[in-house]
Parts: sequence; C-alpha cells; structure tokens
Amino acid sequence: MTLRSDIQARAAQLRVRFEAAGGQVVDTPLLQPAGTLLDLYGEDIRARAYVTTDALRGEQMLRPDFTVPVVEAHMRHGAEPARYTYSGEVFRRQELDPDRPNEYLQVGYEVFERDDAAAADAEVFSLFALQVRGLPLRAATGDIGILMAAVEGLNTTDKRKTALMRHIWRPRRFRSLLDRFAGRSPVPESRRKLLSTEGDLTGSAVEIGKRRATEVQARVEALRADAKEPPIAENELLALEALMAVRETVPFATEQMRDIAVDLPQINPALDRLDARTAAMKARGVDVDNLDFEASYGRTSMEYYDGFVFGFYAEARPDLPPVASGGRYDALTRQLGDGEEIPAVGGVLRPDLMLQLEEARK
Amino acid sequence: MTLKLGVPSKGRLMEKTFDWFAKRGVTLSRTGSDREYAGAVEGVSNMELVLLSAGEIPRELAAGRIHLGVTGTDLVQEKLPRFEQQVEGLAEMGFGHADLILAVPQFWIDVDTLDDLDAAASAFRTAHGHRLRIATKYHRLVREFLTDAGVSDYQLVDSQGATEGTVKNETAEMVADITSTGETLRANHLKLLNDGLVLKSQATLWRSRVAKYGVDEKAALNTLLDLLEHRS
Repeated sequence: MTLRSDIQARAAQLRVRFEAAGGQVVDTPLLQPAGTLLDLYGEDIRARAYVTTDALRGEQMLRPDFTVPVVEAHMRHGAEPARYTYSGEVFRRQELDPDRPNEYLQVGYEVFERDDAAAADAEVFSLFALQVRGLPLRAATGDIGILMAAVEGLNTTDKRKTALMRHIWRPRRFRSLLDRFAGRSPVPESRRKLLSTEGDLTGSAVEIGKRRATEVQARVEALRADAKEPPIAENELLALEALMAVRETVPFATEQMRDIAVDLPQINPALDRLDARTAAMKARGVDVDNLDFEASYGRTSMEYYDGFVFGFYAEARPDLPPVASGGRYDALTRQLGDGEEIPAVGGVLRPDLMLQLEEARK
Repeated sequence: MTLKLGVPSKGRLMEKTFDWFAKRGVTLSRTGSDREYAGAVEGVSNMELVLLSAGEIPRELAAGRIHLGVTGTDLVQEKLPRFEQQVEGLAEMGFGHADLILAVPQFWIDVDTLDDLDAAASAFRTAHGHRLRIATKYHRLVREFLTDAGVSDYQLVDSQGATEGTVKNETAEMVADITSTGETLRANHLKLLNDGLVLKSQATLWRSRVAKYGVDEKAALNTLLDLLEHRS
C-alpha cells in the first residue's frame, strides 16, 4: 500500500521539476461549475464526475481534471507565452471497478505558445519522458490532426465532413457514418419511404415540443439533398482506412503515411508538421527511431485533443491507466476563450502509479 | 433468525406476487389492517414477509437487509452498479412486463433511428443553444445506452412522473420511459425509435449476494428453492 504522504511528497518533487522548466504554479478551485464541463463533454461526464448542488450556484462538479480550469484561468488573465504547472487532487466517480481510485493526485504541465508548435510539443513530451525515466514504461504517440486533415479534405459535402468531424472521438459512430456516406450500409426502410415521397410530410401528426416543424422539414430537405450526392469514392475510403490503421515506429509510420498521402494529398501539411515535431524531439534527445506512433491513438479517451497526443503505459500492467498522458488542444482554447484562442499543449502525471510501479520492482 | 422476502407493498404487483407464490405452495398475506405494512408467510418456516416500496427493494437487497426481493429488472439495473455482483436473479415471474424505450414526437418524420436522433440533436443544439433534452427517471440506463450508441448533444432532465407530458409542456424534447403497451405514448403524440429499446424488464425474484445466511436462513432458502423448482 502506497502511503498518501509519500504520494504527496513525490507530487511536490515532480512539480518542482516542472517549475524548473519554466512552469508557473497555478491552483484551481476543487468545485467547478458543471455547465462548462457538460457543454464540453456532454452527458457522459456525469458517469465520471461527482456532481453536487446548492441553491445559489446550481450544479457543480468536483474537479475531474485540471485542463479546463487552467485554460479558463489563462484565457481570463494570462500573459503570452505562458507555461503552467500544478499539482492536486482530481475526482473520478467509479461505478464499475471498485479497484480504481475515485480520488488521486495529478501533476501537470501546460504550454500556451503561438510561435513554434513543433518545439512546444517536443518540449512537453521530453519533459514528461524525463520525469518517468527509469520506469518500465512504453511510450505511445499519435496525431489526431492528421486524421482531421484527412476528413477535412475528403471529396464530399461540407455537411458530411462536419458530421464525421463531430464524431472523430467516437470511433464506432464515425465508422457507421463513413459506411453510410460511402453507400456501404443499406438504407433503412423508413428512410427510403421518406426520400421517395416529395413535399411536406408532417401530415396529420400533431406538432408538439420545442423542436419545430420547420426544423423537421429542414432536416428532411437536407436528407433528400444528401441522397442525391455521390458516395465517398472507394480510393479515398480505402486510403482513410489505411491511415487509421497505421501503427509503427515513427520513421516507418511517416513513410507509410506519405504513401497514403498519394491518395489523400490533404494530409501532407499535417505530415510536414509531424516531420518538424520529430526533428524537434530528436534535437531534445528523444529516441524517435524506436518511438511508437499510432494514427488512431487518442481517439477513444482523449476527446479534446486535436493534434499531437502521447501516453506512457506500464508494459507489465495493462490493467493500469497511463502513468502520464497529454496532447495538443488548440480547439479547446477557442471553445472556452469566448472568441479568443491560443495553441496549447500539455499533460499530466500520476505520482501514485509511479510509486506503485517502483515498489513492485523492489 | 428469519429469511426476509421483500415484496412491493401496493397494488397489482403485490397481488400478482402473492398469486405467484401461492401457485408454488407459499402463502403470503398482509396482516392487520390494510394500512399496516406487515405480512405473514405460510408454507416455509423461518421466512418473513417485508412490504416495501418497489423502488426501495434493490437498495435493501444490496445492503443485505433483505435476503430475497421482488422487483423489476429495470429498477435493479438502474439503481445497482454491477448488479450481478450484488444480486442473483432466481426466477423471472412472467408479469410486470415493461420496456424502457426512447420515444420522440410522431411528427418528427426525419427521426426513426439513433443515427437520426444524433444528427437531429446536433442541429437542435445549434438552433436553440442548448442540448436536446430527454426526460427520464432512468438516468444511468439511458446514459449508458446512448454513450454506447455514440449519440451526443443530448441532456437528461429528471422526470419522476407524467414523463410523456414533458414534450407538450416543452420541458423536454423527447422521453425515455417504461411502456407496457405503447398506448400512453400514442395518446401523447409520441412514437418509438426503431432501435431505441434500452431494456426489457419484468418482475423478477432476486437473491441478495450480500445478506448474511445463517443456519435458519439457509434452511428456509433451500425449502423455498425446492418449492419453486417443483412448480416452475
């Protein structure tokens, strides 16, 4: 059993190192307004966060992570560029696995920097690699920006692309949308009927509720227009599937993706950014030749990341969550910044898991 | 000590439970006046009847304060995380059938599947500035179902009764509720989604895995299980 005081001491040590790297210490309230988190994550967050209420402030959540409040604090009164570090408890509601803690310490480092994204990515990754050096961990990296560029450049309607982008972090729904837009899945009977008739169809049914008949009619028209669009071409689809399946060391992954870019030229700028990051990481001493890269990495568990993503995993303990994880979240600053935005990248460490792994080795 | 059986204290569910046990040689009855929540058991010695609200039975089973309980699959799954570890289903009782379903206004001719719902919810949020509201009292079951289906841009609003009316009152855009026949839905101008069946539920006899079983309780449980086996 790892002592709480030991975990706190380790967290303090880790934070001091982030401070030495230039991180300014920030602290955020434990209670966060629920509205912001619900708008961002949707109803799913209720399964992961503790919700409490009072009559004055309404629903509040026990801080499920630091990223959102740190971004908010920066957008309110941060100077640029900025580097932050923090250490403190986060709370996660656990309903399925009694062995997973519902409260644990996170130590984090976040960089808000406009100029050189590749350098900032490399700085964050190499700092985290340094913090966990010596532990039996495997590093995984990925880049959601490449997949997003692939979708944005598809030769199809903006509506379809928006629908795909909205579900980039939900691989199953993404898959079913893709199958539909490629004409692979059968059209349900109800839809066929709807599309084969013309004009206003609401008929005798009573209009009730806040979603109005005009909205229903607008979607019917959109569906009819979409039915007239050609399916996404086979070569684009195969290339997209090949891209999502890339899983190699960085040099081989890059080579494979450059091949795929023959059919999906829209990903070339994103691949150039990957090359720049790889060079920056190499310059900082990261062994990129043996570093894993998965094009689909981070799509299930890291919903606001939209560029570089990384995680450090205990190889002998697949049951444990990542000891460290992070990534780039440029779009999040736009969403929380009221029109303002700034490119940002960062990550968190779990001192409790680090100690647990060290003890297991003794 | 006695083996405690929790049974819903009111209405048809109680009567049907009494009938079901009677057919299997166990006579359950209320004692005292109609307002008194006390009961008696004949046919199995050292067994005790506890009358409770149907909604409390899952919690009592999970706390081990009763050994057996009769309540719907819906309530057990909604209220008990990892319910299989806390309770064991001994018998489906063949009544109290109810499906937890998703329903939208009939005039939403563009929405028949979860796929449609997700797209409509996204457009709704853009148009109205808030997520599409689903009225329900089954928060956990509905959320897990929609998460699994990859539906987003919705929010759950709590409704503990008259849920079908929330759409007309504009406190929700659609509902997730228990239906046995669908008539209430139709009367409220709602229709089912084709793939919106969240859960099929019926009255079930549950055994608590948490409760303490001494010699007397074990003997009573075995007698009861023998009786159930002979008649089912």
